[in-house]
Amino acid sequence: MLDMTRGHLPNTAGVGFKPQHYADIISEPGAVDWLEIHAENYMGDGGRPIAQLRALSERLPISVHGVGLSIGGCDALDREHLARLKHLNDWLRPASFSEHLAWSSHGGVYFNDLLPLPYTSETLTRVADHIDEVQETLGRRMLLENPSVYVGFDETDIEETDFLRELVRRTGCGLLLDINNVFVSCTNQCRDPRAYLTDFPLTAVGEVHLGGHDEDEDIDGTPLLIDAHGSEVVDPVWTLYAETVARMGPKPTLIEWDNNVPDWDMLEAEAARAKKILSGARVN
Amino acid sequence: MSWESALLTSDATPAGLSGPRATPATRRFDVYRNNVMSSLVNAMRDGFIVVHRLVGEEFFAAMATEYVRRAPPTSPCLTLFGADFADFIAAFPPAASVPYLADIARLEYALRRAYHAADVAPLPAEALAREDIADARLTLAPAVRVIRSDFPIYAIWRANIDRTKPSSSTGAQCVLVTRPDWDPIAEPISSEDAAFVDALAHSSFGEAASLVPDLAPIFSRLVARKSITGLEMPA
Repeated sequence: MLDMTRGHLPNTAGVGFKPQHYADIISEPGAVDWLEIHAENYMGDGGRPIAQLRALSERLPISVHGVGLSIGGCDALDREHLARLKHLNDWLRPASFSEHLAWSSHGGVYFNDLLPLPYTSETLTRVADHIDEVQETLGRRMLLENPSVYVGFDETDIEETDFLRELVRRTGCGLLLDINNVFVSCTNQCRDPRAYLTDFPLTAVGEVHLGGHDEDEDIDGTPLLIDAHGSEVVDPVWTLYAETVARMGPKPTLIEWDNNVPDWDMLEAEAARAKKILSGARVN
Repeated sequence: MSWESALLTSDATPAGLSGPRATPATRRFDVYRNNVMSSLVNAMRDGFIVVHRLVGEEFFAAMATEYVRRAPPTSPCLTLFGADFADFIAAFPPAASVPYLADIARLEYALRRAYHAADVAPLPAEALAREDIADARLTLAPAVRVIRSDFPIYAIWRANIDRTKPSSSTGAQCVLVTRPDWDPIAEPISSEDAAFVDALAHSSFGEAASLVPDLAPIFSRLVARKSITGLEMPA
């Protein structure tokens, strides 16, 4: 495979880029060593977004995180969208590319949410084929992120961790471990997040996400956590993160904060907290 | 009931789903349904700020929800979502009491489109200073648009962007949208100037210039806005 990357994501802390922080980052990024962008926000023809991204990429390694490819969907991948991703990948040559184990489009409609899929041998084959197509088109290895889920599927007969492990084996992709998603999904399914993380194929992890969630309740009073990316990372997620880093060694770690975006100092402080945990970890 | 129709149009929950203790998945499925609609309505609100201000949150949310149901996005790139929202508003009976609303939406969309338009270097002024320019075909920057309205849409838009500048204009207005650097600009122009800018797309410079009584102001404005990007002489 051709090496399409420019730089690599360091095993330190990054944040999701928001345009209101542009001046802060260009002048002094502080504890933040790399940035992640949502691919779909940089697919216009030109203008300030693309000019800013070009300038940021001169300064820090960039991770491109897609939210609209619908890798977990029933339909064939959207070729036009894949071509837009390839164009972005070719000119930016980001340090990493990642997408989600989820679907977001069906029958030509885009739903703008990361929707869940049942885990069966049929969906496994389809997702593996989609990952192969993405990796062949972009000419690089991608990372696949574990989702936040709110419902269980009666059809599911494969554990999510086994599903991910098999995708890694079949396609050679890496994984993006979102520890907030683990906490949200396990809480919502009354399962133990530590057991999930024990089963998770950590050797394939190329990046970690940490973010905030909202708390709600199901009709029967059981907790229902919503992956909202609009608040600080909660302490139980920090604890799971520290335990995981202690087992797998330091990995590039992103603070994800997409809604109610705080000022730069607060975001940078969250990155500094992750960085401190990473610097205390043994290097595998 | 498929997920697709349950997410946008119905209030039923798809079969085959459950909560952890075999509870019905109604509330859990609602999380997805709410995420889908609220994220798309938010995208519309961000893209049509003045339309939102003019009609208020409740009306806007109801109108945008109806729009999303009828014309959901077909691409994951939401930067240009809402291209035909103005046409939808024009045909949306509850909005009929705000007759200029559709044209405001058209103006806001033109500004958003201009923000993301391709970067094309303008022609230097000396390239335009030629005796045979009347025969030339000029190319305008991709950001350039003219919006015509029977209402004073520039004044209404401006007063709602900056509330310290209340609107006092009446009557029809045309608005020129350009993007000299990174920030789009909207400015009122006369209907003759608007006709000139529109005519440049399909006429020679001389033919377009014949539509305007005084060429210099609009021509120098296009040059100042870095909006003339190409010049071609007939073969």
